[in-house]
Amino acid sequence: MNSYSGFGRITLTIIIAMCLRIVPWPGFLSSINPDWVLLVLIYWTVAVPERIGIFHAWTVGLLTDVLTGRVFGQYALAYTLIVYFCLILHKRLRQFPLPQQGLFIFFCLLFSQMLLFWLKNIQHPAQLHTSFWLPVFIGTLCWPLIYTALRRVRLSRRTK
Amino acid sequence: MAIVASVALLITEHRSHRLDALRATLSVIVDPLKYLVDLPTVLIEQTADSVSSYSTLKKENTRLREEQFIDKTRLLKFDSLEKENIRLRALLENSFKLGEQLLIAELLSINTAPYENIVVVNKGTRFGVHPQQPVLDANGVVGQVFRALPFSSEIMLITDPNHAIPVQVNRNGLLTIAVGSGQLNRLNLPFLPNNADIRPGDLLITSGLGGTFPSGYPVAIVDDFTPMSNKPFVNITATPKAMLDRNRELLIVWSDSSPVSLSSPPASHEKTPETVPNDPSTKSSLVHVVPDQTRPDTARDAQPAAKGLTPQPSEGRPTGTNRNNQPAASGLAHKTPAGTRAGANRGDNQPAGSGTTRKTPEGARAGTDRDE
Repeated sequence: MNSYSGFGRITLTIIIAMCLRIVPWPGFLSSINPDWVLLVLIYWTVAVPERIGIFHAWTVGLLTDVLTGRVFGQYALAYTLIVYFCLILHKRLRQFPLPQQGLFIFFCLLFSQMLLFWLKNIQHPAQLHTSFWLPVFIGTLCWPLIYTALRRVRLSRRTK
Repeated sequence: MAIVASVALLITEHRSHRLDALRATLSVIVDPLKYLVDLPTVLIEQTADSVSSYSTLKKENTRLREEQFIDKTRLLKFDSLEKENIRLRALLENSFKLGEQLLIAELLSINTAPYENIVVVNKGTRFGVHPQQPVLDANGVVGQVFRALPFSSEIMLITDPNHAIPVQVNRNGLLTIAVGSGQLNRLNLPFLPNNADIRPGDLLITSGLGGTFPSGYPVAIVDDFTPMSNKPFVNITATPKAMLDRNRELLIVWSDSSPVSLSSPPASHEKTPETVPNDPSTKSSLVHVVPDQTRPDTARDAQPAAKGLTPQPSEGRPTGTNRNNQPAASGLAHKTPAGTRAGANRGDNQPAGSGTTRKTPEGARAGTDRDE
């Protein structure tokens, strides 16, 4: 497999994640919609750290900012920081069993959500709903799903 | 590096609007995703349209025809009432606003962020949409354009916690401000004293103050009123008139920020541009009456002396009418009060009354009283 096609596959999954991000989930589901883009980004960082770097994370974050109409740099900053952690820890993370990975993902999502809330609060006082943290839990629960799905995508024609 | 860049971006965006161009460029990349996500909804709608039965269509057709008939009959009266209103206001030496252009925009069924009442529509700067434009639907005010991108724009609903709209009670003209509550079916009126003359069931309409929203459109109906003797302000809630969670079509309005001439009633053309004198853009469905912009000073000087004097259309050389970013067939329907300047100003330094009126969306943007 040449590297170009592997890159295409990564891009495609990120695009799908972005679509999932903005799909109008009915009612309650919309408030617990996890940050799919970040989950996919974490997977690819841990799986193929030589292909995904800080710059990619930053670009994806910037595009997510535009897509969701946030202040510029908000997601870019969060994604950059988290991908940086993942790049440092990727060797250890690969050895982790799935539950332990889940714990790490949980803290990543929590950190991202806290950062977003903090940035929002700086701009204008925001109120904190209890359900604001729900996407973090749901995202953690979704991690095994994403892990298996993306693993299949990666190994289907050996992207690496 | 990237962190520094992100923080720099955050600060720049927070301080100024300099990054709007960058956002517009990047939005061209991600906007297809919005349309992609919206695609299933469109497809389902189209399928439903194509398989609906003859009798259903027939019934709907009849109903719409009746509705149109009734509306037209009402409008007959509206025309004369409008002129009467202008005449009466001329007696009161008061200015009057009218002339709005409408653009139908369709909601994209995407959800960018929970807890924020911001929706995305499929018309953007390519259609001349610009921030702070009022958005309506058939029942009332929906919100205002929050951010305009090339292929889509974000609309902040009136129920957003960060949104406030100046309103007045239709029954007695009491002025106040309606603030969004975050819930789609509720507005708050936090700035009314305990003895305010307001009752459940009162209709709130836009007051036109602030200049963003044109006056006279229904906003909400007061539904709860609980006087609290221990507090200076009462807590009043209202239900928006617009169907904020049901409508798919919205109307983006270019409100005309210029007051209308008082002594000479405006000729309200709703026809093709051929009826407008001296309008070269006969092909266009847009009617623009653009006076010569190079002589605002003379017009301003002449204005106090001859208040209500309508500049001859021959004076007004229609310039640059059909803007390049204005697709002619974009569904813009509007009235053109031809020769509608030199009205009394509203006391502020509004250049609109001094012969610089332009009936283009750009002209509306140039209005000075819309920066609130």
